[in-house]
Amino acid sequence: MANNAIDRIARSTPSGFAKRVRGLSDRTIAWIFVGPSILLLLAINIFPLIWTIRLSFTNFRVNRMNAPIKFIGLRNYERILSDPDIWQTMQATAHFLLWTIFFQVLIGFTLAYLINKKFKGNDLWTTIIVLPMMLSPAVVGNFWTFLYQPQIGLFNYVVGFFSGADPSSFSMIGSVHLAPWAIVIVDTWMWTPFVMLICLAGLRSIPDSIYEAAEIDRASKWRQFWTLTVPMVLPFLMLAVLFRGIENFKMFDLVVQLTGGGPGSITTLTSIDLKREAFEKWRTGYASAYAVILFVTVFGLASIYVKALNKVKER
Amino acid sequence: MKISSFLIAAALVVMSVVGTSNALAEDLTLCWASWDPANALVEMSKDFETQTGNKMHFEFVPWPNFADRMLNELNSGGHLCDLMIGDSQWIGGAAENGQYIKLNDFFKANNISMDDFLPATVVGYAEWPKNTPNYWALPAYADVVGWTYRKDWFGRPELKKEFKAKYGYDLGVPANLEQLKDIAQFFQGRVIDGKKVYGAAIYTERGSEGITMGVTNALYNYGFKYQNPKKPYDLDGFVNSPGAVKGLEYYKALYDTGAPPGSSDWYMSEDIDAYKSGQVAMQMNFAFIWPGVNADPNVGGDHSGYFANPPGPAGQFAQLGGQGISVVANSAHKDAALAYIKWFAQPKIQARWTEMGGASAMRSVVEAPDFPDKKPYNKAFLKSMSIVKDFWAEPSYASLLLAMQARVHNYVIAGQGTAKEALDGLVKDWTEIFEDEGKL
Repeated sequence: MANNAIDRIARSTPSGFAKRVRGLSDRTIAWIFVGPSILLLLAINIFPLIWTIRLSFTNFRVNRMNAPIKFIGLRNYERILSDPDIWQTMQATAHFLLWTIFFQVLIGFTLAYLINKKFKGNDLWTTIIVLPMMLSPAVVGNFWTFLYQPQIGLFNYVVGFFSGADPSSFSMIGSVHLAPWAIVIVDTWMWTPFVMLICLAGLRSIPDSIYEAAEIDRASKWRQFWTLTVPMVLPFLMLAVLFRGIENFKMFDLVVQLTGGGPGSITTLTSIDLKREAFEKWRTGYASAYAVILFVTVFGLASIYVKALNKVKER
Repeated sequence: MKISSFLIAAALVVMSVVGTSNALAEDLTLCWASWDPANALVEMSKDFETQTGNKMHFEFVPWPNFADRMLNELNSGGHLCDLMIGDSQWIGGAAENGQYIKLNDFFKANNISMDDFLPATVVGYAEWPKNTPNYWALPAYADVVGWTYRKDWFGRPELKKEFKAKYGYDLGVPANLEQLKDIAQFFQGRVIDGKKVYGAAIYTERGSEGITMGVTNALYNYGFKYQNPKKPYDLDGFVNSPGAVKGLEYYKALYDTGAPPGSSDWYMSEDIDAYKSGQVAMQMNFAFIWPGVNADPNVGGDHSGYFANPPGPAGQFAQLGGQGISVVANSAHKDAALAYIKWFAQPKIQARWTEMGGASAMRSVVEAPDFPDKKPYNKAFLKSMSIVKDFWAEPSYASLLLAMQARVHNYVIAGQGTAKEALDGLVKDWTEIFEDEGKL
């Protein structure tokens, strides 16, 4: 007689219960298995979302629980969409998002391409390159504020050394023109290795036989790169862009640590602004409307992007 | 057998007595910011523990996260804190939202009189509505923005001579804000002992309350008022008066020409670091740092001097800091928490509080004849405490503060628009907030 764990459980199951279970269809059993997950999903994702949408039509403030909640229709949405300050934060977020993705894809892919070549010390370099993404964003933000210090910062010193400019003559996080780039530089430094790893996975998934066939057909390296490498890595690259796009859309800790959203409101990204509305000003209804607008934006853009990604994969 | 029965009975009696005394003793949690005075309070509270048998616990949060963390606690109806040493600006919200308990009856029953405390601290830390005898806290830590300067640098004959030749008056404690700017500019970029130094470290922080706590020291003295004194919440012409505009322009000029490069997001700790490391000739900071500066091996003792915020064309005022101690309405140990306040309000405890590194607001302590000469900064502290003004303490203070942070930082640090535009924008923001609140 078999004596494994499943048999033991089967033998110890009360016969009445066993008879009932025996009568269940595959579909019912499937529901029993996925039921808890669905319930959990409803409880921690769907319910809060519906609740947030409901609150977005009210003047509710969580710090005034005793005050009556008034239904104010679309007023929160109107105020948000007609507020120039919010459009400025959207602009700051778009600037941050586009440039970080551009640099991370460019540098990440280049690094992956180089690392993919067999050379001595390959593994060591890979480890060194991925180090920044292992650090906490708060720590990274904190030490980059020191690197950006005009008097003692290494960054200013290096720029000064190569350009001949006085290191204390410019302030990366204090200047309106430089601060948006300061946060782009730090995020790129931190997250390029992530893009590199995904690209590397893509490059290593291309079989050597394809390149050998191309060699036989006398395709040049340049042509091999554009007609084989790039198209075959593209789905991976698009996935990396999706991940980084979603992550950077909700960027908070790194930028708060670096600039606090300043100077002025130049680097106040939407997530920082939303946090201030929700948990500093305690305008819960207003912040809920703000969150819904951001959710719809990200969800819409991500859906279009995923469709494009699937098309690229099908090619 | 008899002996064992006797022993069991004795053990039961002992256990019941111990159990009773444990049931009487309560665990109290006091919430405050994480800084040196908090450590002094931990030491002092041992006396309270000995006297009452209650056990004190402490929840200290670093200043940059203090308001976020503690207001979250209050607003979410948390049970972490029994006692809260909260910022002066929280008092309106905490009182109106039922987060602190009202202390009038308790004060009366225990002969604690608000007349025994500096009037400015009573208004600032304890009263809501302001200037009415409704008390929600006991003044706990008196604090105010003031200035520290390098007395040793100011005393150098060659610098004195050069300064006099350039500005026509002696280098010393500035008699007004314009002179303070002159001095900051004089030291800006100067090489002293082979090191490049700068004028003044001032508050410029964007994320929490920094630049507001700094700029108000210029605004008040140039004529800024929060509202029409005769008509509450009437802002236009007071917040953005011609004097207020000049005050804001002054602060920008001080930042542009007298502050260290890169000091675009500086608050208390950055100013202290810059001063202690010998980077600046002066620093703006709350008075709580003065004992630390005085004891510092590099810049302490005779190296440093202290002065109250200098006057401007519209008078002499300084930004109030500090906190009061309140009992959190959600506390399950209100009686024990009130016992702590009663213990803390004793004159001898208040005197000890100041000696150990706290800052009592009790008049018997700060108006004692020997107080001004006890420490080199006490005179500046007393002067400063007599000229204080505070930011809004309305329930919506956070919204009011964030609006001011954004408008002022945008002009002073980012250099966007004019001072008039910044203050007009502030009037617009604050008006909207008061309209939302139903006060306009």
